[in-house]
Amino acid sequence: MKILVCVSHVPDTTSKINFTNNDAEFDKTGVQFVINPYDEFCLTRAMWFKEKQGATVTVVNVGGAETEPTLRKALAIGADDAIRINVAAKDGFLVAKELAAVVKAGGYDLVLAGKESADYNGQMVPGMLASLVAYNFINGCVDLEVEDTNVAVKREIDGGNETISTSLPLVIGGQKGIVEEKDLRIPNMRGIMMARKKPMQVLEGSGALAATNSISFEKLAPKGAVKLVAADNLDALIDLLHNEAKVI
Amino acid sequence: MSVLVFADSTDGKFKKTSFEVVSYGKKVAEQLAINLVVLTINASDASELYKYGAEKVVAVSNDALLTFNAKEYAAVIVQVAQKENATVVVVDSSINGLYLSPLVAVSLDAGYASNTVSAPSSTNPFTVKRKAFSNKAFSNTVISSENKVIGLAKNSFGIHENPVSGVLESFDVQVAVSGVKSEKVERVTGKVTIADADTVVSAGRGMKGPENWGMIEELADVLGAATACSKPVSDLGWRPHGEHVGQTGKPVASNLYIAIGISGAIQHLAGINASKVKVVINTDPEAPFFKAADYGVIGDAFEVIPALIEKLKAFKEA
Repeated sequence: MKILVCVSHVPDTTSKINFTNNDAEFDKTGVQFVINPYDEFCLTRAMWFKEKQGATVTVVNVGGAETEPTLRKALAIGADDAIRINVAAKDGFLVAKELAAVVKAGGYDLVLAGKESADYNGQMVPGMLASLVAYNFINGCVDLEVEDTNVAVKREIDGGNETISTSLPLVIGGQKGIVEEKDLRIPNMRGIMMARKKPMQVLEGSGALAATNSISFEKLAPKGAVKLVAADNLDALIDLLHNEAKVI
Repeated sequence: MSVLVFADSTDGKFKKTSFEVVSYGKKVAEQLAINLVVLTINASDASELYKYGAEKVVAVSNDALLTFNAKEYAAVIVQVAQKENATVVVVDSSINGLYLSPLVAVSLDAGYASNTVSAPSSTNPFTVKRKAFSNKAFSNTVISSENKVIGLAKNSFGIHENPVSGVLESFDVQVAVSGVKSEKVERVTGKVTIADADTVVSAGRGMKGPENWGMIEELADVLGAATACSKPVSDLGWRPHGEHVGQTGKPVASNLYIAIGISGAIQHLAGINASKVKVVINTDPEAPFFKAADYGVIGDAFEVIPALIEKLKAFKEA
């Protein structure tokens, strides 16, 4: 089985978010970048298929050279090779089109991508990619088993989950549950050394166009000070929630 | 030309988000001076939508569409969009809405603005405001393609009544071949889900152990609320993963969010800050949550919660 894992290079979840250039660009100053947490769950599941079922695992990212440390980290975790599509990831549609070209050329059986990225949270790339390459598609996947070309999955639904049967070729939008937090791997020294020698292919893009454009960013409006209520005066809290906030 | 809204329903019944997307579609149609068309799939009473401005409802009834299937539902939306010459398609941001919207966008070759929180600030260029950076910021996004798909964030635009005398048209669709088969749906019954809840009662490690969740559930019962928890609590296995809210868990956009014994890590706040009113109950006055909350009680949950339950019961009875 040939697996492709799409990994995004995103600010660490603890990052403070600031903007620069008249609020037109994200300010990367002092920001630590990591593998998108949703993609990391997928990559970890891919490692299981590699070790138990002999799958090969390629990781791919759409972005400039600054995203290579994230691909190297994925290689250190155990992916076999990496592809970087050297295009600025302007919007989800563009990213999906660039990935579709790689999926078609590589003939991958299973494509794993986090259901969203922690930066733009567009939640569109996996679905768009599946549509573009006409693969089956499961979003919000929390359990994935593959036997030959038969696939058993669970996806999260409101208040529960749905068990689904489908088949390869398949695109998965994954999230926590596809593996657990404790299953995530920290690269060891041997992995890091080996990653340096693993192939990283840089492709120029196919010239796909973006359909949306982020023209400016806004931070959240500053929050007013919290109104404190004494623990022995909870009637005041109920009064505020009823008469002022009007939520009970 | 038209604006097409997909008003989703569960077992034939509309959700509140359906009324919100129709309200939103009405506004966009007015801004563009074109018609609003609303699509329903197996809804029992589509005329409920007239109240929110749906002047035309295209009602699809088909037994092959009783269970949600993203590819089949997307294909229905695309067929109706083409029939109605829709240039803007509006879908909610439920789990199912987020699943099918990218498929619709590809079929219509449309730019897709997910997590949209406002009506267009301009229709030329077509510009909407979206949530970004895990709710820590907004992005003003121009959709430059001819066709556009908008995913409306829950509880962002609100439900606005705008009664019209609508017309209902039934429509036969071709059901797509999907390659994906639903085998079993497991859903907690008799409990408010986090996605549908107006109020969410959430608790963290301050509760000291899973055996102490009885009072959290009782408080949620009194308020008709869903229960939720912080990431450490679900990682420790005190509560199921489905209750984890925060950046890598479920997002919350309720009217009222009550956080008990949760310090308020930046990832947690990111996941819940779309909620309108936030209340924090914590023993530690330095907990970061107090900076993010509207109302706060500095106190021991084990004393405050039982007292609050009693007072709320009395309030509800009064």
